[in-house]
Amino acid sequence: LAHGAGGKATRTLIEDVFLESFRNPLLEPLADGAVADGVAFTTDSYVVTPLFFPGGNIGDLAVNGTVNDLAMCGARPAYLSAAFILEEGFPVADLRRITGSMAEAAREAGVTIVTGDTKVVQRGKADGCYITTAGVGMVDPGVRLSASAAEPGDAIIVSGPIGDHGVTVMLARGGLDIEADLVSETAPLNGLTARLLGACGGGQVRCLRDATRGGVATVLNEVAEAARVAVVLDEEAIPVRPAVRGACELLGIDPLYVACEGRMVAVVDGRSAGAALDALRGHPLGAGAAVVGRIAEDPPGLVLLRTGFGGTRIVDVLVGDPLPRIC
Amino acid sequence: MSGHVRVDVRVEGVVQGVGFRPFVYSLATALGLAGRVGNDVEGVFVEVEGPKPQVDEFLRALERDAPPLAGIERVSVVAGRPGSAGGFTIVDSDASGHRRALVSPDGATCSDCLRELADPADRRFRYPFINCTNCGPRFTIVRDVPYDRPLTTMAGFTMCAACAAEYHDPADRRFHAQPTCCPACGPQLRLLEAGGSEPPGDPTGLGAAVLRAGEVLAVKGLGGYHLAVLAGDEAAVSALRRRKHREDKPFAVMVPDLGRAALLCELDGTAAALLTGRGRPIVLLPRAGDAPVAESVAPGNRRIGLMLPYTPLHHLLLAAVGEPIVLTSGNVSDEPIAYVDSDAFTRLAGIAAAFLTHDRPIHIRTDDSVVRPFLGRESVLRRSRGYVPEPVTLRWEAPRPILACGAELKNTFCLAKEHRAFVSHHIGDLENYETLRSFAEGIDHFARLFGIEPELVAHDLHPEYLSTKHARDMTAAEPVGVQHHHAHIASCLADNGEPGPVIGVAFDGLGYGTDGTIWGGEFLLADLVSFERIGHLAPVPMPGGAAAIRQPWRMAAAYLDEAYDRRPPERLEVARRNHTRWEDVVSIGRAGLGSPLTSSAGRLFDAVSAVLGTRDTITYEGQAAIELEQLADPAERGAYVATVSGGGPLVVSGADLVRAAAEDLLAGVAPALIAARFHNGVAEVIVRCCRAFRDSTGVTAVALSGGVFQNVLLLERAVDRLRAGGFRVLTHFRVPANDGGISLGQAAVAAARDRAGVLTGAG
Ligand SMILES: [Fe+3]
Ligand SMILES: [Mg+2]
Ligand SMILES: [Zn+2]
Ligand SMILES: [Zn+2]
Repeated sequence: LAHGAGGKATRTLIEDVFLESFRNPLLEPLADGAVADGVAFTTDSYVVTPLFFPGGNIGDLAVNGTVNDLAMCGARPAYLSAAFILEEGFPVADLRRITGSMAEAAREAGVTIVTGDTKVVQRGKADGCYITTAGVGMVDPGVRLSASAAEPGDAIIVSGPIGDHGVTVMLARGGLDIEADLVSETAPLNGLTARLLGACGGGQVRCLRDATRGGVATVLNEVAEAARVAVVLDEEAIPVRPAVRGACELLGIDPLYVACEGRMVAVVDGRSAGAALDALRGHPLGAGAAVVGRIAEDPPGLVLLRTGFGGTRIVDVLVGDPLPRIC
Repeated sequence: MSGHVRVDVRVEGVVQGVGFRPFVYSLATALGLAGRVGNDVEGVFVEVEGPKPQVDEFLRALERDAPPLAGIERVSVVAGRPGSAGGFTIVDSDASGHRRALVSPDGATCSDCLRELADPADRRFRYPFINCTNCGPRFTIVRDVPYDRPLTTMAGFTMCAACAAEYHDPADRRFHAQPTCCPACGPQLRLLEAGGSEPPGDPTGLGAAVLRAGEVLAVKGLGGYHLAVLAGDEAAVSALRRRKHREDKPFAVMVPDLGRAALLCELDGTAAALLTGRGRPIVLLPRAGDAPVAESVAPGNRRIGLMLPYTPLHHLLLAAVGEPIVLTSGNVSDEPIAYVDSDAFTRLAGIAAAFLTHDRPIHIRTDDSVVRPFLGRESVLRRSRGYVPEPVTLRWEAPRPILACGAELKNTFCLAKEHRAFVSHHIGDLENYETLRSFAEGIDHFARLFGIEPELVAHDLHPEYLSTKHARDMTAAEPVGVQHHHAHIASCLADNGEPGPVIGVAFDGLGYGTDGTIWGGEFLLADLVSFERIGHLAPVPMPGGAAAIRQPWRMAAAYLDEAYDRRPPERLEVARRNHTRWEDVVSIGRAGLGSPLTSSAGRLFDAVSAVLGTRDTITYEGQAAIELEQLADPAERGAYVATVSGGGPLVVSGADLVRAAAEDLLAGVAPALIAARFHNGVAEVIVRCCRAFRDSTGVTAVALSGGVFQNVLLLERAVDRLRAGGFRVLTHFRVPANDGGISLGQAAVAAARDRAGVLTGAG
């Protein structure tokens, strides 16, 4: 069960099995997508319970997720494929809702779904509906984004309040009606990234990551490790909606580890932080953007959180499902 | 010449920095013997020759009359060939060879030094850094071995002629006392105001004035900075609490002498012996009825943590103030205690009005130790200053050197080699970055001091403990995973020098189980090598995981939901007090959403504490259970009954106890009686289970471990009933029952498995 929850256990599986078999220079960085000859290429599978949740469904996720993976490579997404695995007896009406959402999401992102596939498996062999999407996009010359490019002095920006999606899905999964105004923030980020790259060109944007599985904490740990730098976050600067904070408090989870869809983390040259923030805030999806921390030299490979009392807590990668450590 | 012999003697143990060489020198010269004595990295070596009767007497007296701070572990004697007899000399230290010599713990100021401190004719009259071979700083100032001044933080102070003369005079009490100094050549005391200015005058007197004015004074002690206020000044104590962001956790109090201690607490012979012990720990004692201390010193607590002055500076300050002071760690909230001057000035500037400080650096941060009397003996609750780094002797040797990484909170680590286990000072909560650094640097420091290169690294099974991750990163050593509660029981076995098998009762807050759930109310059939889980509390959800630990009322919700089959009585106050979240919390518990299952005994105490209205949310670890214990009427003998079921492992229904408590509460029974009946019920069911295990296994010894057994009421009731039932009962004395003892247990298990040949690399 730990494998797949995000964080270290997943990475070990990826590193031990997949990288071992497929090793090549494009795969090696284990980024959201690969870029070669100005073309970005990515794929992702979508498995979510429940399939429908406040603010979206598996269809939006499957389009937005792949669009965002391309956007995080600095690409302009162009074409998508979509493959479905359906459990026998899956209601056609539900499928229509899903494909309708996909068409709508594609339209919003400005991408075309140009090819696909469908398989039906026996009842009980799948959990309703799984979707795999792949996508290609074009990368402008001069755009080179990499987690290992982060440097001391860089600013860390999140594009808006974190945790909405993960908390919404968790509450929907428990069948709990706790906060009516909680919805997933799933959205395509290519418009936002285009704005950001336009405002600060020429290597000032070091890296972009969508904070999906494992949340902002996991993404930043990857940056810290890839660039051998420290990530120092300021607890009070991290935007979290009150409803999300309340739900996290109820569930005893840390918003930093909650999955987001439609939120990204940008690492930009510290001198361009102001320009980057202005560019993001000028877009509806970046209205709540905030600088949440800095890259520092020491201690390399660690993410630290400065707390309200002036303490410094370690924000480590989770090995498995979060279990309490305190007594 | 017949009868003229020579022997080469090697003395191992705590023999450096404790006046051992001068002792040997005066012993040898008094007997008219020739030869030499010196320190090396393994301890002390002596070559002595002369008439056989005198040499024999020398060997007898060597152990019999050893200096008070010495801890001799082994004396080996080899006959040599007599050489050209001359005088007796002390030779310089030799840094080659294996590192075996033991650094001693810091020692409280001795009576000889105190006499000089108070003597206007003495050149160290009122000098706050007076010390000698029998007392003073050791562990906290040692940078490396062998223990010699250049390798301590006294290196920067060049001895004056008078000090040097004493240092080189074998007849002097300060002969080779490495930290020796005087007002002319040693560290200087200063009083700095928070703004940085240094008012003229006697720093101690100025510091006392700051306290008497109701202000907070930061005082640089042996292992770090403390924060002090007058213990009787409610306004000052509560201001300190606010500024430290420490809401309820009790503060320790330093009293000038035993006479004052007796005004604050009930003092018997054992308590007095603990207070005046060489380690000068904080001693938890029953508070006297009309103890003249402010309410916020230890809110709602029947006990006070007392200590006596242990440095000359404390003696001078307490004499100047003339009344008890709160002396608490110099930090904010749960941060580690500040010990570097610049860091202390920054971090404590918003708390303290002035700093009573000096220029002798502290090499290693060390908190005060905490003990309490139990069964007429010392029982250690936090093992740190004055105790560390004295090793715990292992009854059975470790074939290969071991590092044990400990737990996550209250962390200690342990380096073990052969028959010695060096349990570290209290490190703290590893999630704090400063603390994690202390942990990593502390391991390196201990490894260097004691010459231990670990080949085995023992660790907890919790995948998220930073200590576990540290162990997994140590690729050079073979990992040995030890289940948390097995480590607790093994720690109790090692503390008592027993191998097991034993019926282990491990009751604590939580520990990762071998089935991936959270354990904490466990009965293990265990020896040092392995264990079988033969019983446990019935698992209940912890609604919201860590949030359920911080908010005991959530455990009340989960337990009541279970106890009343989803329909708890509506009249319960705990539900009313927490009504805004009650239904949500019950729902996530039922749905298993962010609500892992636990068999924790700590959570059961939390639930009852919340049901009785004692504590809905906590501000420090264990608070709900601690306050429940305080509430209980010790005279009450009634006990609630918990169902025991199951055949594989026995399963104890904690919900039965919660329901009984709730029923009594609704019936109007006094909470003090309910709390007592609950404690008695837990003790009762422990005994009932142990009887069943004795019947099925034939094992008659019971080991009690885990943080829950720091509850004196429960511990006493359980020990009494078990003994009455014919069991032999093992409890903790030298290491804490809580997670501070985990590292010793891990080391003991790793050593035992290595001896048993069950590890991969075993020969
Ligand atoms: Fe424990
Ligand atoms: Mg992806
Ligand atoms: Zn002395
Ligand atoms: Zn001097």
